[in-house]
Amino acid sequence: MRRRQVERMRRWPLLSWSIVLLAAGYFLLPLYATFQFSLGMQRGELSFAAYHWLFGSDRFLDSLSYSAVASLLAILAGTLLVVPTVYWVRLKLPQARGFVEFASLLPLIIPPIVVVFGYMRLYGDGSWLPLTTSDGRLDLLLVIGYVVLALPYMFRAVDTGMAAIDIVTLTEAAESLGASRWRIVVSVIFPNVRSAIVAGAFLTLSISLGEFVMASLLSRPAFGPYLVQMGQDYAYQPAALAILAFVITWACMALMQFFALRKPGQRVLPRLWAERTTKKEREVS
Amino acid sequence: MSFLQLQALGKRFGEHTAVAGFDLEVEQGEFIAFLGPSGCGKTTVLRMIAGFETPSAGVIRIGDEEMTRLPANRRHIGMVFQSYALFPNMSVYDNVAFGLKIAGMAKCEIDARVREMLALIDLEPLAGRYAYQMSGGQQQRVALARALAPRPRVLLLDEPLSALDARIRVALRDDIRRIQRELGITTVFVTHDQEEALSISDRVVVMHQGRADQIGSPAQIYNRPATRFVASFVGILNTFEARVVAPGESLVEMAGQRLCVPALGQRAAVAAGDSVTLALRPEAFGIQPHGADDVALDGEVLDCRFLGSVIRVQAEVAGQRIACDIFNQAGTLEPRPGERIELHFSAGDVLLLDD
Ligand SMILES: Nc1ncnc2c1ncn2[C@@H]1O[C@H](COP(=O)(O)OP(=O)(O)OP(=O)(O)O)[C@@H](O)[C@H]1O
Ligand SMILES: [Mg+2]
Repeated sequence: MRRRQVERMRRWPLLSWSIVLLAAGYFLLPLYATFQFSLGMQRGELSFAAYHWLFGSDRFLDSLSYSAVASLLAILAGTLLVVPTVYWVRLKLPQARGFVEFASLLPLIIPPIVVVFGYMRLYGDGSWLPLTTSDGRLDLLLVIGYVVLALPYMFRAVDTGMAAIDIVTLTEAAESLGASRWRIVVSVIFPNVRSAIVAGAFLTLSISLGEFVMASLLSRPAFGPYLVQMGQDYAYQPAALAILAFVITWACMALMQFFALRKPGQRVLPRLWAERTTKKEREVS
Repeated sequence: MSFLQLQALGKRFGEHTAVAGFDLEVEQGEFIAFLGPSGCGKTTVLRMIAGFETPSAGVIRIGDEEMTRLPANRRHIGMVFQSYALFPNMSVYDNVAFGLKIAGMAKCEIDARVREMLALIDLEPLAGRYAYQMSGGQQQRVALARALAPRPRVLLLDEPLSALDARIRVALRDDIRRIQRELGITTVFVTHDQEEALSISDRVVVMHQGRADQIGSPAQIYNRPATRFVASFVGILNTFEARVVAPGESLVEMAGQRLCVPALGQRAAVAAGDSVTLALRPEAFGIQPHGADDVALDGEVLDCRFLGSVIRVQAEVAGQRIACDIFNQAGTLEPRPGERIELHFSAGDVLLLDD
């Protein structure tokens, strides 16, 4: 029966194409409509006025850059937390992997609102470690929250990346050459899971850039609360914002693909790489 | 005092004893092969020498330094793995340079040493390549160069050729031996391939169930196997049950023949009527009489294989199937299945197996 279907598909390429077009339409039409709408700020003509307005607005730029910085810090902290942990678990405690994986999935099960209320209770005024008493501390709490939110994605990405290389044998090879644990993590493990880290980083970025619940409950001037505020106050600008957010997300995905598919030794510009190699080859021979 | 010493080395994994009472002394510059069936503990001993496993018992010494508890990264021992284990993110050049950078060598020194190593393995033109751009054989050469570059005190190789195809395996095996001789580096080579072990090593350690059954030169291992296990694991062996007739004269009865087995003289407690197991290598047989201590057996040819320099004959002798290798000399008539054949051997070639 499956075969018949496949044959029918082959005989009717039109059918498969129309399915693709239908699906594309389902996604692209609303996008197009939103885009169309975002161009209509000036009555009677199509213009980028809404975008202009946004880029001229301090709050837009401030909230976007605030969220971007918070996301980058979350990526950094997440990487420093996840990579050594996954490495250590795979190397020394393989039996604990199931538990660690489960723990990393908890943020998907526990709603962010619960997490953030938990934080406020745990680190609130008069607690053993007050983190809600100043803006800087609240920023720190937000970053920690983003690290937690992104943990499931970061963990998965890095874990898959490490599964692809034989870290145990690579570690032993490096050890027999005299490398310390620290050196091994820095010069063997990190570079080999780089594409996985980058994938996890972009996922972190796309989650935390538009995140609303944590930022608003901690009353941080982040991009997520700004988006919601705009949606309530204006008509055309939110549409433009939606398109911008979409473009940013897709740019992230494209970069992720690019880094994920890049092999070691391939430079961003292939020509440069080729020259470098031949130079070295000539040098040695 | 020998260079690498393992004394009463033991390793338990929970209830399971992987290695027990393992003793070995290796001279500087010697090439040792560990040979044994899967699961006999070869890798475990090697990993204890390298420092990847902590022995449950015993002592490891290199030179006059005790290594038993020293972390792997301070032992100066080179290791080559079955899976090559090149660092995927580094070029060939950087892989070989890795250990030198860690040792803190100057840049120009590193460069000179890397070139020297790449010349040794004949891969200078591939310095800029990455692991995924090379064949298995090339990768393993690079792994060898990487292990040798920091001038380790001992080189360990764990089945380095198992993943390669037959022709490359032989070529690389000879290269490993040549390089080992050139550098005079003390080497332990693990394999489960007896031809590999016998052909390249100075001495072979035959391992069985976590112990060294026999340690000796390839010729000793092959011609004078110390235990029944070694005899049956290395090479092909025909075994015969025999009965002792006169222990004083080393006289036994086997397949209806009486023969004098010199090996019996070395065994202490044998009495007339005891049964013993005798063994003969296929090449101990011939179709011409052997001289003074010749024994002749009558048999029927079952099968005949032409192997080039020898003809392997399967024959039934006294109700038992035996294999014999007959030299293929010009004028030798190839035996045919169904024919009667008279097989000769010299009683001095008979091996006496322990029970
Ligand atoms: N980490 C470990 N935990 C538990 N048992 C182990 C471990 N490593 C090895 N063993 C056991 O110890 C024994 C010896 O293993 P080892 O790897 O040394 O064998 P080997 O001779 O190298 O075999 P092969 O030729 O298959 O590589 C085996 O029975 C194995 O199951
Ligand atoms: Mg092994």
